[in-house]
Amino acid sequence: MARRVRSGQAGAALVIAMGTLAAACAAPGSNSPQPAATSTSSQPTSQSAAPTCGTAPITMNGYFETGFPLPKALTTEFSKQHPNVTWNIREDQFAVITQNAPRVLADNPPDLMRLPQVSELVKDNLLKNLDGYAQAFGWDKWPASQLEQLRLGPGGRPRGEGSLYALGLNFSMTGVFYNKKLAAQIGMSTPPATLAELDAALAKAKDAGITPIVQFNGGATGGLAFPLQNLMASYGPPGPINDWIFQKPGATIDTPSNLQAVQHLDRWVKAGYFQKDVNAVDYATMMSRFIDGQGLFMFNGDWESGNLDKQMAGNVGFSLMPPAQQGGKQAAMSAPLTFGIAANAKNADCAAFFLNWVATDQKARDVGVEVGGSHPMGPADAYMPKVSSDTVTASTLAAGADIAKDNGAMDFIANATGAIYAKSWTPNLQKLVGGQQTPQELLKAVQADYAGQIEGN
Amino acid sequence: MARPVGARSTHRRPPPTKLRGTRGLIGWLFVVPALAFYAVFVLRPIALTFQYSLYKWDGIGPSTWVGPANYGKVFTDPDLFDSLINAFQLIVFFSAIPVVLGLAIAATIRRIAASRLALVARTVLFLPQVIPLVAAGIAWSWLLASTGVINQFLSLLGLGTVTRAWLGDFSTALPAVGMIGAWVLLGLCTLLLLAGMSKIDPALYEAARLDGAGAWREFISITVLSLRQEIAVCVTVTVIAALASFDIVYISTQGGPGNTTMVPGLQIYYLAFSEREIGTASALAVVLMFLVIACALPIQWFTKDGNR
Repeated sequence: MARRVRSGQAGAALVIAMGTLAAACAAPGSNSPQPAATSTSSQPTSQSAAPTCGTAPITMNGYFETGFPLPKALTTEFSKQHPNVTWNIREDQFAVITQNAPRVLADNPPDLMRLPQVSELVKDNLLKNLDGYAQAFGWDKWPASQLEQLRLGPGGRPRGEGSLYALGLNFSMTGVFYNKKLAAQIGMSTPPATLAELDAALAKAKDAGITPIVQFNGGATGGLAFPLQNLMASYGPPGPINDWIFQKPGATIDTPSNLQAVQHLDRWVKAGYFQKDVNAVDYATMMSRFIDGQGLFMFNGDWESGNLDKQMAGNVGFSLMPPAQQGGKQAAMSAPLTFGIAANAKNADCAAFFLNWVATDQKARDVGVEVGGSHPMGPADAYMPKVSSDTVTASTLAAGADIAKDNGAMDFIANATGAIYAKSWTPNLQKLVGGQQTPQELLKAVQADYAGQIEGN
Repeated sequence: MARPVGARSTHRRPPPTKLRGTRGLIGWLFVVPALAFYAVFVLRPIALTFQYSLYKWDGIGPSTWVGPANYGKVFTDPDLFDSLINAFQLIVFFSAIPVVLGLAIAATIRRIAASRLALVARTVLFLPQVIPLVAAGIAWSWLLASTGVINQFLSLLGLGTVTRAWLGDFSTALPAVGMIGAWVLLGLCTLLLLAGMSKIDPALYEAARLDGAGAWREFISITVLSLRQEIAVCVTVTVIAALASFDIVYISTQGGPGNTTMVPGLQIYYLAFSEREIGTASALAVVLMFLVIACALPIQWFTKDGNR
């Protein structure tokens, strides 16, 4: 028989071991970066000349998003113009970046990183304050609306004002794409001008046996947030929605006009305008179905313009969401493709120089439009690449100008907090589709989660 | 000389203290490397998880001591509690189906053991074990899609009315995820039970047959009874797989639609990396650990050999 250690003895050893291990650790996070670590003293505010990448060989560390060719195309072009700069780029899916962002910025700070929602990163002092660079490069003279979403108050709240903590490679916008061939089948020659006209087109498509809207709503990213926010823009002004996304005190998503928007979406669901399996459709499936001609409309963003121009050349149109009343103001989800510099980045100056180059260099702006399909950042009078007028890219760029005119840019409602998309909008929108949630309950549930998450941080 | 029975074994002379001490020390020296690994990679994470569960912490910034409040949240927040309930529902699919079906299949294969079909069946059934769970999840989400093979097959049979997006429907998502798990674990159970069957003495069957037992009686009284330990292993492994499930759910539904397929493993992941509530995530992890122990220990105890 094997000799057995008496259980009391073993238990004691275990307790001692566990106790020693636990007692050896201080409270978690006690060695976290302190606010002083990113004070503006390290910023080039006092410098008269703007920072550059210098002439000595330099390797930049980038952390980009998989599936978006724009950042890599820009870095390649940049290295052509500045041969001393080489890039060491890591790529991941956006969901992975979102989850990794805090730890990567803290432990292995990249020089340039695609960022998710930034409030919580600013709160933890993980991002470089870009005010000094903004002054040195003159970013503060660009149209204020371009940088608004990237400004944050002390401690990360509210957004929309305060110091600049990130910059966009361009700013993208969402609206309604439509298949021109299918549109012709139901006698739709121009995009709907009012919400009622859109409703009529949807009904006609359904009667003609055409799927009115292909949309994704599966997994942890509920794509019905796209049409929902567009409907919110039809029914109400964008201001209060932005306040909510920017975590302004007292802001709520549970407003009468937003309720009308959710009710309208609910009617679309009940009328069968979305595909029956919308809760199991992911983004890639939606794209392949739309390109395959399996639906008339798709709510999506101009980041697909270049792709659609290639895959459905001449057969795809784009319009902003029509207003509820004829001639009403238009609004849209419009957000910069956010990139930031880690608080402890080794080559922060070069990263800032690169961001400025993306917005101001002619070649870079060409790449931004051709590859990215969206409007470049930069001064209002900056060079704009010529785009063939019969392309979707031309329509989305024109729509961007309309939004700017109506001052209708909104951030994405899924960006209000780090977890609101996966843990609140998505399950609630899926429940709405499944008939398990009323529009009123949906807004109440999202607002409750939002309040909890803000309080939790 | 009269000596009480058993005196020899009970009254063994203790070894000299010095010798025992040295022996003990040498014994411990042998154990030290393994113990060190165990302490650093198993005990320390458990201790840290327990420590984190008592704090409110976002993973980076300073933390606040909140005591057992996070545990309260695990049992009062419907989202967190429901994920525990879902995990228990998955036990039916991950555990009951593979074990029961595994028994039937193993018994069948045993009867046709000599034929080539048995070898093919064994290989095919075991295949899911060598496929990464992520790949299995992806393959099954294609099969279960609204245009997938399963719906095509149903339509072919004239059952077009029951076709649906199995993983996107509130009433079928959890069972659909469960079926993927059952498929993955069936092979493991079958093989384990088959191995156990090969150890049963054929004389037992012969004796039973002489006593006039039918096939069913043989199966229950000899096969199942003799396989008690193998069944215990199967049940333990599969119950733990159900409670600790993550990969299959993450790949096929990510917890949706709504929260119908949310399981504790996925919830812990979302809490820690998406909501950045390390404290609540750790508390749920500790609760899950104790649940797994609470489920696995009785199974072991009930199925222990009767001849103790």
